[in-house]
Amino acid sequence: MTTRARGAGGLAASLYRSRDGLGVWEHRGKVAVMSIGFSPVDRRWDESLEHSLGAYSIIAAKNALADAGVGPDQVDGVLAAPGPLGARWDRAYFDPPYNSEDGISLVTAEWLTRNMGLKNVKFMNSEAGDSARVLGLAAQAIGNGLCHTALVLYPTGNLAGRYRHEPELYAKGNAQWVNPWAWTGIQSSAYRFSQYCLKYGTNHDRMAPFVVNLRRNGRMFPNGYYAQHPEAPLTEEDYLTSRWVCEPLCLHDADRPVNTATCFLMTTAERARDMKLPPVYVLNHNNNSFRIRSSVETLEEAEQFCEVHARRLYEGSGLTPGDVDVFNPYDGYTLFTQNYLEAFRWQGVGKGEAHDFYAGDISVEGPHPILSSGGNNGTGRTRCAIFADCIEQLQGRAGERQVHIKAETAVAGCVLPAGCGWLAFGKSPD
Amino acid sequence: MPKPIPVPDELSKPFWDAVNQRQLVVQSCTACNRRQYPPQPTCAKCGSKDHLTWLETSGRGRIQGYVVERDTRMEPLVPDQPFNIAVIELQEDPQILFLSHLPGVPLGQVPVGARVEVRFDQVAPGQLIHEWQVENSTGGYRPRKK
Ligand SMILES: [Zn+2]
Repeated sequence: MTTRARGAGGLAASLYRSRDGLGVWEHRGKVAVMSIGFSPVDRRWDESLEHSLGAYSIIAAKNALADAGVGPDQVDGVLAAPGPLGARWDRAYFDPPYNSEDGISLVTAEWLTRNMGLKNVKFMNSEAGDSARVLGLAAQAIGNGLCHTALVLYPTGNLAGRYRHEPELYAKGNAQWVNPWAWTGIQSSAYRFSQYCLKYGTNHDRMAPFVVNLRRNGRMFPNGYYAQHPEAPLTEEDYLTSRWVCEPLCLHDADRPVNTATCFLMTTAERARDMKLPPVYVLNHNNNSFRIRSSVETLEEAEQFCEVHARRLYEGSGLTPGDVDVFNPYDGYTLFTQNYLEAFRWQGVGKGEAHDFYAGDISVEGPHPILSSGGNNGTGRTRCAIFADCIEQLQGRAGERQVHIKAETAVAGCVLPAGCGWLAFGKSPD
Repeated sequence: MPKPIPVPDELSKPFWDAVNQRQLVVQSCTACNRRQYPPQPTCAKCGSKDHLTWLETSGRGRIQGYVVERDTRMEPLVPDQPFNIAVIELQEDPQILFLSHLPGVPLGQVPVGARVEVRFDQVAPGQLIHEWQVENSTGGYRPRKK
């Protein structure tokens, strides 16, 4: 699993919506996302102060405030998913406030509040493990009245060297059951995809149009990696001939780790009316985690988990599959996105039909613009483009990516089938 | 092939002690009549701690599927890549799944559905690990070295 469990049993646990039968979310339409701020997107941290996650988080937060026309004194809540890496190694620190990992390889709400000099913050939380969770947590906190206007931060770091390589010769804890055989998220995703192909009679080549389209969309996402570091557009030929990392997962099925920060500004529906951008209302949020039966997550388990994600998201938002216009399910790795697509039955796609769907017109100009954000695959491993795109599409300011179909509702979620947070958004609070 | 070395803890020590005696055991809840692997502090079904015991397995299974690893993050295994990683269903409970490099099976030629039997390979002095081989296979395959 790539997400770190944080704050189990803390405040976050009581704020997440994580069960069946909760009904329509009690704050549906009463919380709004106003704006998004981005920092630059780098491939790796170059170990300079100005490119640290702390510095980038301040840039992202200031941009979010400026985008919404909100002053720092209006902010009374700060929430952060401090960062998925938290890597430590022998490295000299800078002067305060960069004299610990906080501000360098992770950024907490407390750090951001202190270093932006925010004076009126009465609610801070750094328990969330990823972007979906921190957004869901913020929505519930605002709905519950713990704060009214919040900066919601997701920094994601990428340090020098090969991403998450494990030099350790000894396998402790959960690793003792998987590391000896080199089984991590990549292998698990590749394996379930191989089972998917067997079950539904399809193959890896049929992923090509989907991945090529993700990269195309990503090039139209100005705050993504590929827009900021242009390279030749990915072709189907590139995809079909790219090297296997873990067959049947090829290089282009993996999202590119990046060093960046994204910050959302969220507020109450009431206050949103006085702001300069059209509000996008939160219709529901969920955060679901599941335990697998044995040492390997099977396709059947992943499909069941995704059914639960869909059921709860629809239950709490009051939406049905046919109501969802913009759909940004997680794609890092691309090989499990079909499980989300089929469980949510977006555009009527049923079990085993995703690859037929990918063969149709999935461009942003067409009738089935899946992942109009470009996803992680098209923008880098930001885990935020999927949510940012929902907001921008519903605000009608997605630029070249603006879908040609109606954009009044949107759904996005991440990360893995066994542990995933989801949000539903509406242009209207009703 | 060499592997990262499992480090037994309080929960897993009985499992690894058995492996070191060339026995494959799994936890079993006597209240639910349900096996579980990897071991957990409580039965995942009834939540009980008191009904968990260790049960010897048949040591037999079936290959459910596989992937071919070519660029592992596990640096101790890099010299041995590429290699197969197979998923093995335990014969008496196909929901219990083990991983295997399937020593003896050529790269990418994993006989899905074939019956396998457990074997025990040394990963460190005094530490064995459970591996699987196709039944009646003669072995002899050695992973390609760089
Ligand atoms: Zn039990």
